[in-house]
Amino acid sequence: MREDFAEILKLVRPSARVLDIGCEDGELLELLTREKQVDGQGLEISPEGVAHCVARGLSVVQGDGDRDLDHFPSRGFDYAILSKTLQQMRDPKHVLSELLRIAEQAVVSVPNFGHWKVRWALLSRGRMPETGVLPEPWYSTPNIHLCTLRDFVGLCDTLGLRIDACASLSGGKPARPIDPRAPIENWRAETALFLLSRRAEPSTGAAPPQNLFGEVELPRPEAPPARKPRRR
Amino acid sequence: MTAQGPIQADIEVGGGTWRFPASRPLRLDSGAQLAPLEIGYKTYGALNADRTNAVLVCHALSGDQHLASTHPITGKPGWWDRFVGPGKPLDPERHFIICTNVVGGCMGTTGPASIDARTGQPYGLSFPVITIADMVRAQAMLIEAMGIETLFAVIGGSMGGMQALQWAADYPEKIFSVVCIAAAARHSAQNIAFHEVGRQAIMADPNWCGGAYLAAGVRPEKGLAVARMAAHITYLSEAALQRKFGRELQRDGLSWGFDADFQVESYLRHQGTSFVDRFDANSYLYITRALDYFDLAAGYGGVLAQAFVRARDVKFCVLSFSSDWLYPTSESRDIVRALNGAGCRTSFAEIETDKGHDAFFLDEPLLDATLQGFLGAQAQARGLS
Repeated sequence: MREDFAEILKLVRPSARVLDIGCEDGELLELLTREKQVDGQGLEISPEGVAHCVARGLSVVQGDGDRDLDHFPSRGFDYAILSKTLQQMRDPKHVLSELLRIAEQAVVSVPNFGHWKVRWALLSRGRMPETGVLPEPWYSTPNIHLCTLRDFVGLCDTLGLRIDACASLSGGKPARPIDPRAPIENWRAETALFLLSRRAEPSTGAAPPQNLFGEVELPRPEAPPARKPRRR
Repeated sequence: MTAQGPIQADIEVGGGTWRFPASRPLRLDSGAQLAPLEIGYKTYGALNADRTNAVLVCHALSGDQHLASTHPITGKPGWWDRFVGPGKPLDPERHFIICTNVVGGCMGTTGPASIDARTGQPYGLSFPVITIADMVRAQAMLIEAMGIETLFAVIGGSMGGMQALQWAADYPEKIFSVVCIAAAARHSAQNIAFHEVGRQAIMADPNWCGGAYLAAGVRPEKGLAVARMAAHITYLSEAALQRKFGRELQRDGLSWGFDADFQVESYLRHQGTSFVDRFDANSYLYITRALDYFDLAAGYGGVLAQAFVRARDVKFCVLSFSSDWLYPTSESRDIVRALNGAGCRTSFAEIETDKGHDAFFLDEPLLDATLQGFLGAQAQARGLS
C-alpha cells in the first residue's frame, strides 16, 4: 500500500463523505470504502480511469481538478483528498480554497522542494533537481508549481487555513508527525501530508483527534465508540 | 464479421401490445387523458423470482421497442443489438430487459396514427400534445402492470436519456440505477430550431393534409424525408461526415444538374426515404414537440438539482461524446453538477470519439466497458447473480 494511502486511511473518520480528486483507478476510494465505510466520490481526468472506478462500484466523475471542482456543492463532503497533485495544478491557490469550500477538511500532500536532496542537487550541479520524488527532467515534468514546506505553510496562512495535522512521508518509512513550521522539517521532510480546515469556521463534526500521526491508538473503524454496529 | 445468429434463437423474447382498460387512462401533463392506452413493447430474458433484475431501455426519437430483435418493417437488426446479448452489457441471461414504444409513437403504442375510440377515425392532430414525463408515466403504468416494483436500471440515450432522468425525478423509489447517454436536461434553442425545420418540412408537404392524411389515403413522405435528412445531419459530426464522404461523387463527373452528385447527398436521401417506411409523420411532430417542451428543471423553480433531491439512493452513470454537438458534453456536465448538488451518487465520463451524437449506436469500446462495468458493479450491489 502506498504510504500516503496508509496515512490517509488513518486520518479519515468512519462513514465520512469523501471526495478524492485525481482518484486514478480508484484504489484509495475502494480502500476507504472497504475499511472505513466512507461514502466516496471521485474526480478523475481520464475516461479509462473512470471506467475502472465505475467497474469497482465507485462513483467517479470525469474532470480536471483545475477546472471542474465547481461540479461539487459547498460543504458536500467531510474530506476532500488531493494526493501529490497540487503542484501539478495551474492554480494551486484556487484549488486549495475550492477544496475547503467543498469539504470541511482537506487532506493534501505535496513534495517539499526545500528537502536537502533537492537543495543539494541544485547547489552542487546547478541544474533542476531530479530526485526519487521528482524524477522527471524540467522539460517534461508535470510538476509546474513546486513549493517548499515553508511556502505551503505560507499559502495556508494567506488563505486562512488551519493546519490540523502534518506528517512527513518518505519512501517506505512509516509516516512521522511533524511541526511544519519547524525550520529543520523544511530540510528533512521529503513529502508532507497535511490535514487542513477553515480557520474561521472550524469543522462541525467530531473534533480531529490530536497527534494524528503519533503512537496514540486511533479508534478502530470496526467499532467506533459512539455507535456500535447493529445486526439485523 | 461475427457469426451471430438472431438473438431470438438463444434467449427468451416476449412482448406485444399491452392494453389498458378505458377505466385506466394515461393522465397527461397537458391535462388531457388518453384512453384506452395501448403500449407496444418487447422483452428479452426472464424476470427473476425476486423481480429485481428488470431493466428498462428507453428509445430515442426515431427508435422503437425493437431493441435487439429484427425490425418487423425494415428487417434490420434491433437498434441496440450490439449491447444486448449473452456476455454483453445487457445480458438476457441475467437481466429482464424491457423496451417500450413511447406514447405518441407509431409502433404499437397509442399515437396520432391510432384510432380514436370516440370517433372511429385516426387521431391525427386531435391527438393531445405529449411530454417526456407522459412517456415515462405510461412506462411506469406498464412496469406496475407487469408486477415489477423496482427497476434495476433505466437506460437510455438521447431522448431515452431524458426519459431516464425523468424517471429519476418522478419515480426515484422505483429505480435502483440510471444510465443517461448523450442527453440533456432541457432542449436548447438550437435543438428546438432544428426540430422546427423538420416540422415545417412535414407541414409544408401538401400530402400532410392538415394532419388528416391517413383519412385521405396519402402520406407526407417528402416532408418527413426532409425532416429526417435535416435531423440526421445533427446526429453526425463534421469529422465523421468528412471521413465517410468527403467530396466523393456518386458517378464519374458532375451531372450539371440537381441529381445527387455527391455521396453525402445520396446518403441523406436514402436516410430520408427509408425513414418514411417505418415512421408516421404526425408521430414525428408530436415526439419532437415533447422533446422541445422538455426542461426538467422547469418544474423545480429552475433548479435542476431539486429534480434529483429525492433520488439520493439512485446510482447514476452519465456519459457523453466529445464530438456530439446535438447534446454536447456541457449539457451532460450540467446534469452531473445538478446530481452532485442533490447529493446523488454519480459517475460521468466523456467518451472521446469523432462519431458525433450517433456514437451511441456505434462501436465505442470505452462506452461498452463503462456500461458493462457500471451495470456489473450495480448488479453486485443489488445482489443479482
